[in-house]
Amino acid sequence: MFYFSPRPRDLFAEFGRIQSEMQQALETSSSIRGFARNGFPALNVGGTPFSVEVYAFVPGLAPESIEVQLERGVLTLMGERKGITQNPEQGITVHMAERFNGGFRRVVTLPEDIDPNSVEAKYRDGVLHVSMRRREEAQPRRISIQ
Amino acid sequence: MNDKTAVQKNSESAQNDVALIPPVDVLEDASGITLYADLPGVPKENLSLQIDADTLTIAGEIAVEMPEGVQASHAEVSLPRYRRTFNLSKELDSTKVNAEFNNGVLKLSIPKAAHAQPRKIEIKVA
Repeated sequence: MFYFSPRPRDLFAEFGRIQSEMQQALETSSSIRGFARNGFPALNVGGTPFSVEVYAFVPGLAPESIEVQLERGVLTLMGERKGITQNPEQGITVHMAERFNGGFRRVVTLPEDIDPNSVEAKYRDGVLHVSMRRREEAQPRRISIQ
Repeated sequence: MNDKTAVQKNSESAQNDVALIPPVDVLEDASGITLYADLPGVPKENLSLQIDADTLTIAGEIAVEMPEGVQASHAEVSLPRYRRTFNLSKELDSTKVNAEFNNGVLKLSIPKAAHAQPRKIEIKVA
């Protein structure tokens, strides 16, 4: 479970989930790498005409322990989060263990018009934000009629 | 992300609105209970902890900086807030809760009331 299990009374969240699952099933142009739901870290991807923005929700990790790689248009996020519930010391009872632990690796295929030299990564409040500019020639511009 | 801001506007005041449920780890030892919750994207000032009688509510609003006009193409965190409620049991001392919040992880320590701490019971031999 990862942010997505609504309580039974959260009917609308449940509808939203069903709807998005149906949308995914109907989608014709899905990425070859897919997008694993319930993966860690959770990813939000968005863009503007000038940039592509990737947000990875990686709480509890020091920024320097997250590896961000960009190679041939593929963005890879890697790292490890140590859990606290696997080998509890003696005298400690684990009642709930839902948080992710272990190694992770998530891959995002980027659009072709990304300028690989313009990548910026910031970490704040447990969210890693990778921002990439689109190449200038790919950005929208007005063409003047002569 | 367009739909995100729309959601925020529609339900700002409602208390029973839809929220993401943060995953938690709960551990117990002789002195009390420790709870860890993942709330990535929530700045410290947007986190709210409430203890009402025996109910603990953890809530947080996500505030992530986004460039203007960004369109979401894929969203796994699809709502801008988290909320989760726990029922505390009587032997916990809710007046002495200690909270730490770092890099999106909340650590709550709830000690057991002094009278509930384990003690050895002496057996008297008649």
